[in-house]
Amino acid sequence: MDDMDEIVKEFLVESSENLDTLDQQLVSLEKDPGNKEIINTIFRIVHTIKGTCGFLGFSKLESVTHKGESLLDSLRAERLRMSGDIATALLKVADAIRTFLITIEESGNEGQHDFTDLVQTLVALNAAEVTTTQQTIPSTPVLEDVTNYELLAELTAELEAEKASAQASITQPSATKLVSNTENKTPSNEAAKATTATAIADTSLRVDVVILDKLMNLVSELVLARNQIIQYTRRQSDPELLNSSQRLNLITSELQEGVMRTRMQPIENVWNKFPRVVRDVARSCGKEVRIEMEGKETDLDKTLIEAIKDPLTHIIRNSVDHGIEKPEERVKNGKPREGVLKLKAYHEGGYVIIEIADDGAGLNTDRIRKKALEKGVITLDQAERMSEQEVHMLIFAAGFSTAEQVTNISGRGVGMDVVRSNIQKIGGVVDVSSVSGKGTLLRIKIPLTLAIVPALIISCHGQRFAIPQVSLVELVRIPHENTEQMLEAVDAALFYRLRGNLLPLVQLDKQLKLSSSSDLAGQTIVVIRSEDGLFGLVVESIHDTEEIVVKPLSKRLKDVKVFSGATIMGDGKVALILDVGAFAQYATNHHESVANLQHDQVKSMHGSESSLNMLLMSCGQGQLATPLSDVHRLENLKASELEFAGGCAMIQYRGSIMPLYNIATLLGRNSDVSQASKAESIAEHSVVVYSHNGRSVGLMVDQIIDIVDQKLNIDLTAQRQGVRGTAVLAGKVTEVIDLAQLAELTDHLSCAGANGAQI
Amino acid sequence: MNQQTEQYSTFSADGLMFGVAVESVQEVVRHQEMTPVPLAHYTVHGLINLRGQIITAVDLRACLGLEKRPTESQPMNVVLRVEQELTSLLVDEIGDVLNLDPGCFEEPPATLPEALKKSVVKVCKLERCLMLVIDPERLMN
Repeated sequence: MDDMDEIVKEFLVESSENLDTLDQQLVSLEKDPGNKEIINTIFRIVHTIKGTCGFLGFSKLESVTHKGESLLDSLRAERLRMSGDIATALLKVADAIRTFLITIEESGNEGQHDFTDLVQTLVALNAAEVTTTQQTIPSTPVLEDVTNYELLAELTAELEAEKASAQASITQPSATKLVSNTENKTPSNEAAKATTATAIADTSLRVDVVILDKLMNLVSELVLARNQIIQYTRRQSDPELLNSSQRLNLITSELQEGVMRTRMQPIENVWNKFPRVVRDVARSCGKEVRIEMEGKETDLDKTLIEAIKDPLTHIIRNSVDHGIEKPEERVKNGKPREGVLKLKAYHEGGYVIIEIADDGAGLNTDRIRKKALEKGVITLDQAERMSEQEVHMLIFAAGFSTAEQVTNISGRGVGMDVVRSNIQKIGGVVDVSSVSGKGTLLRIKIPLTLAIVPALIISCHGQRFAIPQVSLVELVRIPHENTEQMLEAVDAALFYRLRGNLLPLVQLDKQLKLSSSSDLAGQTIVVIRSEDGLFGLVVESIHDTEEIVVKPLSKRLKDVKVFSGATIMGDGKVALILDVGAFAQYATNHHESVANLQHDQVKSMHGSESSLNMLLMSCGQGQLATPLSDVHRLENLKASELEFAGGCAMIQYRGSIMPLYNIATLLGRNSDVSQASKAESIAEHSVVVYSHNGRSVGLMVDQIIDIVDQKLNIDLTAQRQGVRGTAVLAGKVTEVIDLAQLAELTDHLSCAGANGAQI
Repeated sequence: MNQQTEQYSTFSADGLMFGVAVESVQEVVRHQEMTPVPLAHYTVHGLINLRGQIITAVDLRACLGLEKRPTESQPMNVVLRVEQELTSLLVDEIGDVLNLDPGCFEEPPATLPEALKKSVVKVCKLERCLMLVIDPERLMN
């Protein structure tokens, strides 16, 4: 009986592959009802399954497929025309076959399934006849008209006998034989296709996934051993040893790549189910949706493919159910009746990016905000403060669903957060962006493999740890002196001012209870992107990035949430891998404080309590000031050095061309310079040089007065583009200018227009 | 008389002698470089690299509430197979593998300290001392 088991196993594997193709083809046929090729493909698949299950004694399955086959035959012979009902019935046949296969796999027999209803439907559909006139069918390698049906029936019987004793892959050439028996034409297309099909079948083989897993493990061990050897040989000078270890290095890398590729499968394997899903969901919601796929040859590791199947299915169902509007509404809004769901996949730097975009109604920010408030997911404070993007990300929060009705498709509030956690489990991230009325885009980023990841090695208190690179944004060194200026404390939480934004800090040594000092001088901040935003992990020092083999921690250590695994370093020592998400939790508490702080800052623009160095300049009658930290250099440029191009003043400055602007003109007022220059050129110009978008820009002022260090209290009443407000500096009312904003003004100026011929 | 002897791997900690069924022992290895695991349970001493496998090392003394090992001494590793996972038990010294007659085992005495009662399933009177037989699963959980 073992032989039979083997055959049954083969039957199950091949049939399930065929069923996926069947779904796809049925959906395509519904869109293109007259397509003979598709009908034939479908017919062959159903026919194959029928034949084999007859041989294996699965009579119930056989009878269902037989009725399905008869229906298909009517389509093929054009006795019937394809319709939505027929498509649904045939898809149900595919489902029935799947149900049978599952039972066969579990128990070895067909089980007690009853598909009499389906069978009746199929028979009824088949009995209805199309009464329109018969048209002459163009000669393609199929039956010409009904009269050949009896001949076909005879040949089919012959063929069945043959097929029953052969494997499925051999039916392709048999199909060719069948057709050439009915007509004496040689359908060269069919033959060519059949032979290429068998040729492809010959160049690939089935391998048990367990064996590939073993190979993958061995290769991981090899990578570790290689790392160790490389470490030792670096200190050796024997040229032969160095040569050999270099070769070992290369070969191991190639082997690693090769083995990883054996486990890679194209994402098509997951996507091929989606046309059917989209069709079914659309039909049941009364919507019209088509699916477009780009990049289906993009491959990922088999385990990852399994893991994203469910999340992707859920996202797609959601998009069709809630995202895409009903056809009438779409037309009203000037959109085409049919909604489009675009799937895109591509590789990028060691990751696979999957994008799912729909052109539906987009996310309803207000409704999400309201629901989140109702469900207590956010507080009123947070609700007011959140940006649109942050509100959109709330759809991933646990227990959240804005669906008006909970359908059996989606809307139970357990969907998106499960999607996100499933994606995170495989080391990936997901985010959403949406434009109201236009559509929604979901972007998933997953690493190519779980086993070997690039990581940054850091040390803390003498111990080494690894941080996976996927969430790493940048590294910032805290200088040894003047740390108080960079760091701010709010409610005992530390923050770092990173380019104007407050970054909550988490001290690694404190979290690991290795030290309790708050002296951060000389340490490094590893900026990490988490679900709630950026935060900084303060570590003692950083080493380099390495590809590490991730090994799971024992069950006993699963409670220690801060570690997601361990790895063996090149020197043989064990290093723990940090779980970034766990540290993000500590930082979340700080985000509240940040939000408060930044909000207040925006409102009052108080800058800081501490004093700032301000550069004072004169311009016309008034005094201007700008923070000295914004200024790159102060120059005195001779008038003779100024050059003009296209009506703009320029100067050759440090090897590049720097444009010059008159600050008075930018601020829209007269200045001494412009009036004086009418009479004669000024010998020298005071120029404030600053950096904008990587270039140097020069602002000409009348005079540079002084640099003062004092507290800044800005009155915002006189705010406008380029001017932050007024303050009293050095005893005079001064306009505080914003160089960055002025720079943006210069971008929009056309030199001749704004400055005229004057400078 | 069919007397099937049972084999026990023995080791000592804090002057006490212990034994585990030899089937649960994968190997015995001298002191290995340990990587401590911050925030882990106090019984977890660290992680060791055993020919490419990362194994958690648990301190027997800590599990049984015994006194801490003197700092200079280097513990030995008894690598046990517990619940399909390998875990290393840190002990003071390794003893021999003994073939013992099942009849020599007795219930643990009532005077045994609480911390030990949890893990000691039976005892065996040896020539010079009492061997406490440990169940690794109960010890580690």
